[in-house]
Formats: sequence, C-alpha cells, structure tokens
Amino acid sequence: MSDATPAATKPSEANASAVDKRQEQSAWFRFYRRNGRALNAFITLMLVWGVFAVNNPVLFLNPIFYGAFLFSVPATVFLTTALVFVIVSGELDLAFPSVVGASGGIFMYMVMSGAPVVGSFFVTLGFGALIGLGIGLIVVYGKISSLVATLGLNFFILGLVNLLAQGRTITAPEAVDTFGYQLFVGKWELFETGLQVPMHFVWCLIWTLFCWVLFKYHRFGVRVQLVGDNSDSARQMGINVERIRVGVFVFSGIAAAITGAVLVQMANMVWFPTSGKAYLLIALAALFVGGTPTWGGVGTIFGAFFGALTVTLIPSGAVGAGFAGYWTDFLFGLVIILTMIAHRFSGARVR
Amino acid sequence: MAASGEPIIEMRNIVKRFGNVEALSGVSMTVRRGEVLGLLGDNGAGKSTLVKTLAGVHDPDEGEIIVKGKPRKPWTPLAARDAGIETVFQDRALAPQHSIVTNIFMGREMTNWLGLTQVQKQVDEANRLMREIGFTSKVFNPESTVGHLSGGERQGVAIARALYNKADVIVLDEPTTALSLTETQKVFRFVEAVRASGRTVVFIGHNIYHVWEIADRFFVIDRGREAFEGEKSQFGGADHLIELMHQLAETGQADVGSLTEPAA
Repeated sequence: MSDATPAATKPSEANASAVDKRQEQSAWFRFYRRNGRALNAFITLMLVWGVFAVNNPVLFLNPIFYGAFLFSVPATVFLTTALVFVIVSGELDLAFPSVVGASGGIFMYMVMSGAPVVGSFFVTLGFGALIGLGIGLIVVYGKISSLVATLGLNFFILGLVNLLAQGRTITAPEAVDTFGYQLFVGKWELFETGLQVPMHFVWCLIWTLFCWVLFKYHRFGVRVQLVGDNSDSARQMGINVERIRVGVFVFSGIAAAITGAVLVQMANMVWFPTSGKAYLLIALAALFVGGTPTWGGVGTIFGAFFGALTVTLIPSGAVGAGFAGYWTDFLFGLVIILTMIAHRFSGARVR
Repeated sequence: MAASGEPIIEMRNIVKRFGNVEALSGVSMTVRRGEVLGLLGDNGAGKSTLVKTLAGVHDPDEGEIIVKGKPRKPWTPLAARDAGIETVFQDRALAPQHSIVTNIFMGREMTNWLGLTQVQKQVDEANRLMREIGFTSKVFNPESTVGHLSGGERQGVAIARALYNKADVIVLDEPTTALSLTETQKVFRFVEAVRASGRTVVFIGHNIYHVWEIADRFFVIDRGREAFEGEKSQFGGADHLIELMHQLAETGQADVGSLTEPAA
C-alpha cells in the first residue's frame, strides 16, 4: 500500500516528527483540503472576471452586462451540476444535449396545444426522467461503455427528434407573459440597482443548493461517490451498484429536461430541433473547470456552479474586454488548461 | 443468548461455477455459534469463493445457505449483512478517497426519514467504535481520508465497520496478510475480544501458524471440495495440521485418521 502524500507518512517510534507532520493541520488547512477544488474554481472565476474587468471597467460596472450574464448562465448550471453525479459515479453522459432538445420539443408541443406552462413543465420533467432511465438501463444492463453508448444515443435521440420535427420549429407566442412564463423566466430588478435578475437564475441557485444537499448529505449522493470511488467495495458492502448507476442517468435526464424547458422559454417560446446541441462541450468544460476530477469518486457541486459561471463569462467577457471575437476559443482553451493544472495541486487521486 | 455450539450458519452442498470452471463442487460447511473457525486451503482451493459466497457477493448456483435456522434466498451482500454476517474482505473493501466515517457506514448510512445522513451521529458512533477496538491515534480522526492511512489502519477501519452492526458472525478474510508483526498481534487481540463477547468468527488464513493460534476448529478445503475438518484438540499441534496439508497438496488426500471424514 503506497502512501502517496506527505500527510500519510507512517507514524513510527523512531520518527516522531512524522507524527507531528500529520498533526499540523490547522482549521484553514483542513478547510482547503476538503474544499480546495471548489475554491480553485472560485478563484479561477474571480481571476477571469478580474482580467476582463481591468480591461474595460466601464462595461464591467454596468448592471446590464450582468443582467445578460445571469440570463445565459442557468442552462449550463442545470446541466453541469447534474453531470457531477454522472462523472463522480464513474460514468459519462454525452446524450444530455439530445434530451435537452427532445424535452424542449415535448414542452413546447404541450404549450402550443394550450396546456398550462407549469403543468407542461412537470410533465417534461417526467419525460426527461424516463429518457434518462432508458439511457441508464441501456448503459448499465447492456454493459456498454457509457462513453460509447451515450454518444450513440445522443445521435439517435437527436435524429429521432429531427425525424419527428421534419425541420419544423414550434412556437407559442401566446404563452409569453403568462403566469408560468413569468415564474420560470420573468425578470425583476434587484433593489433598484438596475440589475435585472431573471427568474431562471434564481431557480438555478435553488437547484444548485438542492444538488449540493443531495450530493453531500443524501444517501443517494453518498452512494454515488462510493460507487465511483470503488464499485467493488460498494457492491461488497451491499450497495446496489447498478441501481445507483441508472439513477445518475435519470438525474441527468431530469436536469436536461429542466434545461430544455427553460431554453425554449428564454427564446420567448420558440423551439427548434437542435436546441441544446451547443451545450455538450460547454457543460463538460464547466464541470472540469469546476474541479470535478475525471476519475470518479469525488466531485464538487459548488465548483461546478463556479465552473459554469466561468465558461459562460469567457465568450461575452472577452468581447466586452476588447478582445476580438476570434480570441474566444483561444482564451477558453487557455483557461481550461490552466485550471486543470491548478486542480492538480489541490489533490492527486488518493488510493 | 442461545447456547454456544449450535449451528449458526449452515452451507449445504454449495456449488459455484464461473463459466466452465467449477470453483466450489458441493461444499458443506457449518459454523457454530461462539466459535472461531479457521478456514484453510491452498491457493486456488476455493477459499476466496467460499468466503465471498458466505458474504453474499456470490449467489451459489446450487445448494442452500441456512442462517439461524432460516434458508436464505436470494443471497446478496445486503442479505448477508441483514442476516448478521459482516465480512472483512481481503482487499478491505474500502473507498480510499473518502473519510473513515463514510467508509464505516458504507451501505448502512444513518439517515433520517428524508434519506439525509446524520453527520454528527455517524461521527460520534465512529469515534465510539474506534475506541472500542483500540483504534485511535492523535494523527487521525473519523474525518481523515482512508487513502492516507497505513495498511494496518485501513484494516482497523474495515474491522470497525464489521463491528458497527453488532453482527453475530464476523468473517475475516486473510486479515493478517501484508500486516506488520504488531498489527498482526492487534488483529489477534481483536479476534479474542470478539470471541469473548460471545460472537462467532470465521478466520481465513494462508499462514497456518496464525490460524492455529486463534482458531478452535479447522475446516480445510481443497480443489473446491471439503478435505477434512476437526477440533483443535484432534490435531497434534500446528505441525500436524501442516503435515496433513502437505499430504493433501501432494497426493490429493490426507491421512486424517481420527478426524472427521468428509461427508461423501
């Protein structure tokens, strides 16, 4: 059994200083140990923001800029926080963009047919859960690598949606400004500061808190972490590993359904078959910038939240800071790589 | 408590196949309440399979498992734990990236009606357990990451977990492998303590001297079948047992003499 970190030095009578070394853990050190990844993600967000803000202080003091930022952030947050569960369980989900598209379509079909927005939303959640269940069953009981299976399923579901939609878009202008619409994506001003806070940003905050409790304190989240850390151990201790694995895909499906329903409302009740396609790489990048490692077992919800903020800030922030549009991808890549290196320092894998 | 000596686990004609390989070909093993049963066998004899079957990891293809007089089906890790059998696996079955507490309560989280873990209660209980088996140190606490512990300390976590559920039977699979002399002595003291508390131990070992030292009765398997079994008093010492196992390895048969003959 190799003890990789200095903190793990075996205590022995001959070497008392080794014991002292392990004791030297101040409260701050322990806090960093436990939350280093989320903190790194937060520091990254602050640095990116700082670099942009210094370049164009006028824009970065303007509440309108932040209103637009808060408007576009939630879609990524919904997806990324749910993906934490998937990645931590040791699986990968590349099918969520198609579920976003399909759920948005179902939602809009119901709204267009005159169903109330709130009711349609909950039916859509059920639909997302069902697709997630299907994906989970195929991956887990079909014993297929989740990378390959969900890659295929993404094309399959997207293709199915395209076939059904026949290139048509769905619109429901009469549903704009209804109660449900206001509840999900309406805007209100924060304490007369001129900052327009969209409701879906409030919902994404609540969702993030919900995910955090579920991940850290609920039996499901704890078991997701244990299965991802060592699935053999989890199985030997009586955890139903298959059920947990299917569960993370169901959860990912629900998050994709929320995103789908929110995206079409953000577009003032317009759905087109490929909505959601753009989020595949964005959400995954946000997840890893957020500090959830690729190897499973551990992850951070708040980190994912900060990661989503960071990746959303880069394109608009870069342009706002005076970088020409073609700098965006370069900056995006730079931030991802630098953050990955920073996360390396906050902890290698413990075995 | 029920009288000691009565069967607590009866495994009858257990057959376990992996593809074309028959790892267990009809093993019948009885574990009696309050004893320390030493399970012995050469590499590939089927020890691991038998232990994993006992722990519920393998559901036998044939045969039945009766715990406390009740036949158990289906047989899963959870069913085994619910039946009062806790296993300290050879690989310790830990999640190295997680805390001692999380590992102790793996699969048996203390939760409220919402399914939320009761963090403080778990920490207190972990503290109590660690003290109970003399597994404490200035350098780690229940929230320490298991991956930062030494081999012996990890073994301690696995043992604490086995104790938490007040199990009737504790199965220790090769608990002394890769442990230092001091750590091995600790494991022996632990087995003594468990026996003293009236519980049952199944001790699986490679090192016959280790097993000899603490077991009351021995069960030897060979090539997926029971070879022989007997009380400690029926053997003329550890060397006699070793001699018999040598015979077994070389000829496939042991001159067991007065010992119990395997049920044909």
